[in-house]
Amino acid sequence: MTEELFNILKSQFESVEIKEGKNYPEFYIPASELTTFCKFLKDDDRFSFDFLFNLTAVDWIEYFNLVYHLESTKNNKCIVVKSKVEGRDNVSIDTVSMLWPAAEFFEREVFDLFGINFNNHPDMRRLFLEENWNGHPLRKDYIDEINIIER
Amino acid sequence: MTEEIKEILFTEHEEYMINMGPQHPSTHGVLRFEVFLKGEVVTRLVPHCGYIHRGIEKMCEKDTYPQIIHLTDRMDYFSAHMNNEAVCLCVENALQVEVPERVKYIRTILAELGRLASHQLWWCAFGMDLGALTTFFYGLRDREKILDIFEESFGSRLLHSFITPGGLMHDVHPNFQNRIKEFIKYFRKKLPEYDQLLTGNIIFQNRTKGIGQLSKEDAIAYGITGPSGRGSGFSCDIRKKYPYSAYPYVQFEEKLSEVGDTFSRYKLRIDEMWESMKIIEQLVDNIPEGDYTAKMKAVLRLPEGEYFQKVETARGELGVYIVSDGNKYPYRIKFRTPNFSNLFIMNKLASGGKIADLVAISGSLDLIIPDIDR
Amino acid sequence: MGIKIKSMKYEEFQDNETLELLKKTGNNVFLTTVDSIINWGRSNSIWPLTFATSCCGIEMMAAGAPRHDFARFGVEVYRATPRQADVIVVAGTIVHKMAPVLKRLYDQMADPKYVIAMGACAVSGGPFFYNSYSVVRGVDHLIPVDVYIPGCPPRPEALLYGIIQLQRIIKGESLREVRNPDKKFI
Repeated sequence: MTEELFNILKSQFESVEIKEGKNYPEFYIPASELTTFCKFLKDDDRFSFDFLFNLTAVDWIEYFNLVYHLESTKNNKCIVVKSKVEGRDNVSIDTVSMLWPAAEFFEREVFDLFGINFNNHPDMRRLFLEENWNGHPLRKDYIDEINIIER
Repeated sequence: MTEEIKEILFTEHEEYMINMGPQHPSTHGVLRFEVFLKGEVVTRLVPHCGYIHRGIEKMCEKDTYPQIIHLTDRMDYFSAHMNNEAVCLCVENALQVEVPERVKYIRTILAELGRLASHQLWWCAFGMDLGALTTFFYGLRDREKILDIFEESFGSRLLHSFITPGGLMHDVHPNFQNRIKEFIKYFRKKLPEYDQLLTGNIIFQNRTKGIGQLSKEDAIAYGITGPSGRGSGFSCDIRKKYPYSAYPYVQFEEKLSEVGDTFSRYKLRIDEMWESMKIIEQLVDNIPEGDYTAKMKAVLRLPEGEYFQKVETARGELGVYIVSDGNKYPYRIKFRTPNFSNLFIMNKLASGGKIADLVAISGSLDLIIPDIDR
Repeated sequence: MGIKIKSMKYEEFQDNETLELLKKTGNNVFLTTVDSIINWGRSNSIWPLTFATSCCGIEMMAAGAPRHDFARFGVEVYRATPRQADVIVVAGTIVHKMAPVLKRLYDQMADPKYVIAMGACAVSGGPFFYNSYSVVRGVDHLIPVDVYIPGCPPRPEALLYGIIQLQRIIKGESLREVRNPDKKFI
């Protein structure tokens, strides 16, 4: 992505930080502006990121990082958008499933395994585990004495 | 019969629900569909997955990088070589290790052989779903020849864990090249038989033409990649866009189709089998001599940071995302599997059709269930 | 002497001590003519249920393919419904969410019914034994198993050997002792 495109983004959104990652350029945006930022990336003609190919979360004990990998099929470019969510219990962030329908199921998986709620999601339920499962397995403080061996 | 009686008898007003349950011969694995029907017309479909969720991502956080290869085999067991290759490429790019040329050629040949074997089994199962049992016997007979090649070099038929970070586990059998050339000669004569059996059959064409129409915008919005996405005109072949291993050295075409129905997805996979044979022929005679692995340390520690690698498996785009904090175990590893995205388009495609079309559509999307649940 | 199987000689089995022990302690049988006719019929036409969860299912399909054909052992067709099946070949990993489904399928089968646990995952949890939070470590936590087949995945020939062993077990039964599979269930 060229310098002028970075400058366009910076002029529209002041709180975005841009870093050069090992594979793709990374954009850090606070959670409150996530939906407007993503809508701008999708609708604007110079960017047109219409293919969301990955959505996950990473647990860094004091906070969660939500990671979105986007690709533009017209311009053949990929970027990473990251957003930070503080706290441990009752954390939530806005959904992007109205922009990219694929996100609906990635977000259900993140809710199932991490416990992060998504506001305005059409169908917020667990995906892989049973309805009455206790806990969220992929968190770092998930304790299961029988099955998992602590090194 | 009068018009009122006809109306009462032949229009169904109540919606009822049927479970195409976890154990079903047509779902190719443990997947549950809750199908809402009015008469014989499907109004809505809700897929339930998770019946084979083994927690592979959590298990990988306690394994070193060479030990993860053993688990990635079992996710999509038909593209086992390609799954292994994805993790190995990610680790090698992170450590800035250059693999020898021989390794690149052999990895690509194994990936294409795996793609052939996977499409053969898909063709078997697709025919069987639609009621043509002969395809089961023809497809599996030819697939055994590829498994013979694997067994001679690696020792096992299905899951090998042969591709490791740095290269291969050991060198291939001296007979490897000759057996592949014999197989290609044999299979070039047999593949037109597949066309004679199924493609030109008028019953098959009536059951698949015009069914399950997928538009290009939907394919991009829902993230459908692989032959299912290329059948709608979405050009998403990772071998062409971001080439890896020995793909820059070969010439092949990326087949696309504008129609987007079940028949075009079927025809595309048969065309991909021809292209795979072309790729193997270009590579098999020129395998360079050399080492079968680069020099790697005994304990692999990735530098801190996040790494992503995309690979084209038989069903679509597989992405491996590794977050490392400098330790010998990954901090977080995520597999972006193609079947996970391909599954959730079923509601849109199957609504409005009949039950028999549902089976044809799910067969043409070629779903492997352990890949969805990991 | 002992139990005759058409396809393999008695000496080639090499595990005959277990069967002789079973005859002494468990079965205690004089096989009458009626028994041997019924056992001949039952053992040479075992029809399995289509139950393939993951990778071992492919080797089960390959065992029915033209190269290693198991129709020559009497396993003629796969039945999709448990009401018409004789044996359930559990091929693949069983997960916590799938366990009640498997138990219900087993209960729906009609007597006499047998269970073959195929593959390392069904025998003991397999490669997922350590550190997995949702895998059931072995299908014999849920249903009583007759034959265990190790391997990951086992070759189709291993499945054929397992079916031959099942035929031996069936031929050692008798009408006088009604079969109670829960006796083996620990």
